[in-house]
Parts: sequence; C-alpha cells; structure tokens
Amino acid sequence: MAEASYPEDLKYHAEHDWARIEGDQATFGITWYAQDALGEVVFFDPPEVGTSVTKDGAYAEVESVKAVSDVFAPLSGEIVEVNEALEESPEKVNHDPYGDGWMVKVRLLDPSEVDQLMDVGTYKELLQSGS
Amino acid sequence: MSAAATLRRTPLFERHERAGARLVPFAGWEMPVQYEGIRQEHVAVRTGAGVFDVSHMGEIETSGPQAEDFLQRVLSNDVTRMPERGAQYSVLCREDGGVLDDLFTYRLGPDRFLTVTNASNHEKDLAWFQEHSGGFDVEVADAHERWAMLAVQGPVARAAVERIAEGELPERMRTAEVRVAGVDCLVCGTGYTGEEGVEILIPPDGATAVWDALMEQGVSPAGLGARDTLRLEVCFHLYGNDLSEDRNPFEAGLAWCCKLDTGFVGSDALRGLEPEQTLVPFAFTGPGIPRQGNPVHTEHGDGVVTSGTLSPCLELGIGMGYVPVAAATPETKLTVDVRGKPRAAEVREKPLYRKETSG
Repeated sequence: MAEASYPEDLKYHAEHDWARIEGDQATFGITWYAQDALGEVVFFDPPEVGTSVTKDGAYAEVESVKAVSDVFAPLSGEIVEVNEALEESPEKVNHDPYGDGWMVKVRLLDPSEVDQLMDVGTYKELLQSGS
Repeated sequence: MSAAATLRRTPLFERHERAGARLVPFAGWEMPVQYEGIRQEHVAVRTGAGVFDVSHMGEIETSGPQAEDFLQRVLSNDVTRMPERGAQYSVLCREDGGVLDDLFTYRLGPDRFLTVTNASNHEKDLAWFQEHSGGFDVEVADAHERWAMLAVQGPVARAAVERIAEGELPERMRTAEVRVAGVDCLVCGTGYTGEEGVEILIPPDGATAVWDALMEQGVSPAGLGARDTLRLEVCFHLYGNDLSEDRNPFEAGLAWCCKLDTGFVGSDALRGLEPEQTLVPFAFTGPGIPRQGNPVHTEHGDGVVTSGTLSPCLELGIGMGYVPVAAATPETKLTVDVRGKPRAAEVREKPLYRKETSG
C-alpha cells in the first residue's frame, strides 16, 4: 500500500512489528514502516506450528530481492497457525501488512507482556524520532 | 546518517531524489538502489528500456607513444587486437595472479585509451597504473572528474538513444563520439545486463540534459539493485563478490580474457595453474534465496556462494559460487546452507537466463 498507515487497534513493538490481541491469542505481522523499508517481499520463511516464540526474539525471516530481515516476536507464546498464503504470495506483506499480510497466530504465554508494547501514538512518535 | 556528509554525489543526484529513489551509500557514493522497486526496474530493462546512473564508476585515460605497450603489460587481454574505436574486457592482476579489478577499455585513437574502473577500486587501479608506467613513454591520467556515465539498456534502448542522438550509434563492442541531447558524448556499445544497449560517457555538466531527454523518450530509471539482479541472471562477474585479490581469473572462468603470451603482470603465476575450485552458476530447485557468503556442500567438497538473489525473470533463487572443479558440471547437486537451513540447488549452464527460451 502506498500510504503509511498504523491502525489504532494494534499494539506495536520497537522492531516495527505489530500484535492484534484477541483474548489469550494474538496475530503478529510487520508494520507499514517495516515493509516499506524492506521493499517488495519476495520470500517469507515461516516458523513451524507448535514451536515457541519469545518476546523480542526472531521467529521468522522475510526477504526482499536485495536483503534478509529477521521478524521479531512482540510477545511470547506458541505458534498455533502460520499464514500459508505468504508462501505463494509474499507480496501480501506489502499490499496489506495488517490484513492478508499477517504472519503467525500465537497462543500467549504471558498476556501481561502486552503492557510492555506501545500503542499507536507512542509508535508514531518513535517513527518520527527517526529510528 | 553522519556518513552522508562524506559521500560523493553524481551530477544526477537531484534527478534521483525527484524520481523517488532510495539512495544508499555505495563505494563512497550516494547512489540510487531503487526507484519504484527492483523487480519492476528489472522487468523494464528486459522488456523495454532502463537507464542506470553509473557515474560512480571511474575512468583512467592512457595516452602516448607507448600507451599500447603499457596496457599490454598491465591488462590481461591482448590489447594489440583491439581496433581503433573498439572495446575490450580484461582483468588487472597482481604478480601472483590475484584479481585487482575487471575493466572495459576503449581505444579512442592509435595511442589513446580509456579504461573504466569499478568505483571501489578506482584509486587502487590508478595507483597500480602509475606505479607500472615507469619505463614507458606514456601518460596515465585520472579522468574520473571528466565523465558522468549512464547505461541505457533493454530491447528498445538503442532506439530511444537514436531518437535523441545526432549521428550513428556504435555497434556492439565499439565506441563513437556522438552528440546526444545536444551534448558531445562518448557512446559505447557495451553493458552489464545481457540486453542490447549503450553506455554513454557524458561531460558532468551535460548529464542532466541527457537524463531528461531519456526520460522524455520513456526510458525508466533503474537502480543498482536491478543492475545486480540483471547481471547475475546472465552471469556477469561483480568485483568484490565473484572476483577478488584472493581469486585468480582462471578460477573465475576468465581464462578467455587472459592472453598469457602477452606477458602481462600475473601471467607467469597463471601459467600452468590448475585451479582447485571454479566459479559456477547455480539455481535453487526448491524454496529459498542464496546470499553472498552462504556455505556450499557438494559430494566433492565444500565451496561458497559469492553472489545470490531471487531471479525476477526465473522466479527462483539463483547465484554464483566457487565449488571444487569436480562439482562444476551442470546438473551437479549442491546444498547451500542459508543461515542454517539446507537448500537444494544444482549447477547450471551460463547464462542462467536466456532471452530466446525464457522470454
């Protein structure tokens, strides 16, 4: 998508990842800023369902033609689903980073970790501060 | 970034900014890596015409009664076989055969040559030329400040340049002085994409006029990202990836431009050399993208990836790497270790992309 956007209902991590919290589960993806910095995503290497992810740890890789980037987990938990559509169409990450471009769904280990994430206003301030 | 203050800019810097380029540091220069996107720019060059600002590349002018004798000594190819207005590819070797740079040289007159260097090697090459010019009646001059350079490449690239040129463009591997967009340029029938096209050496203050005229002809700006994917699909070497001082031209598959009988610097070391490894093109047979530095495993021993990318035309991970000579035959199975994940690949014939069969 051409225009920067940061939905109000998401929680944000400083490595430019987002989490959509739904009870004890969450969906993860990368932000508009992250996909724009990366360029067209041409490969997504997902983790396996059933594996654990740790808050602030890398859980997957996305690649553009030019570069590889780690994707960081905003929260800890166990992977319950991966977005298999990204195998065929990784560019969904660019076209719809908060919708069809989601990456994994996770059963949260410690929902209180959510308090350490940023709301949209704080995340936008971080972007404006130039990081 | 504080480093930006020390980066050099080409005369087209503002054109790049205006075209929405992402500018990155490259070999001491602030260069456009992409505009719209690497894939779109790559496809534009394969199907239409793209223009690359390659003004960061250096030039050395060699002239004088013994210019040919001198270049015969430092360059690996047989310079005496280059006709006036001709072009020739060669490598610059150390005494031990290690590759200092790979270069195109143009013969502008009987005793006058222009050699194009890689940006990151320009100062080193110039010093090497000057150091070895003792005893020759020759003048070696740094011509980097005299030239901006645009590469216009693609199936309709020549037609686009013809429309803004006064006079005939040179054939492939030839060069000619031609007025382009009202600017006196040196046009060369060379390129780095596997497509038809020309490279245009332009006095720096005329660079924007030529650029603007190309834009009006519908030529797409293309960045260094697409330049890299285009050259890799056709297996052209990139210095710093596929060539280095630690590799000799025989390993790199460049024996064809090393004429040992000319007695060039490095020829003694190369004579009779049997390389243990050789550079091969390969393609992944499953998912993944190879990257420079990935280890390669074969049943004949190990090797290393020197260039890797996703091929926009083949939609596969492709690359080049050094492998044991016994594993260099096309269709040999390779395993590339991509950050801990074994990925299946096989050695291919070059070029990896061929227009007739793939386009």
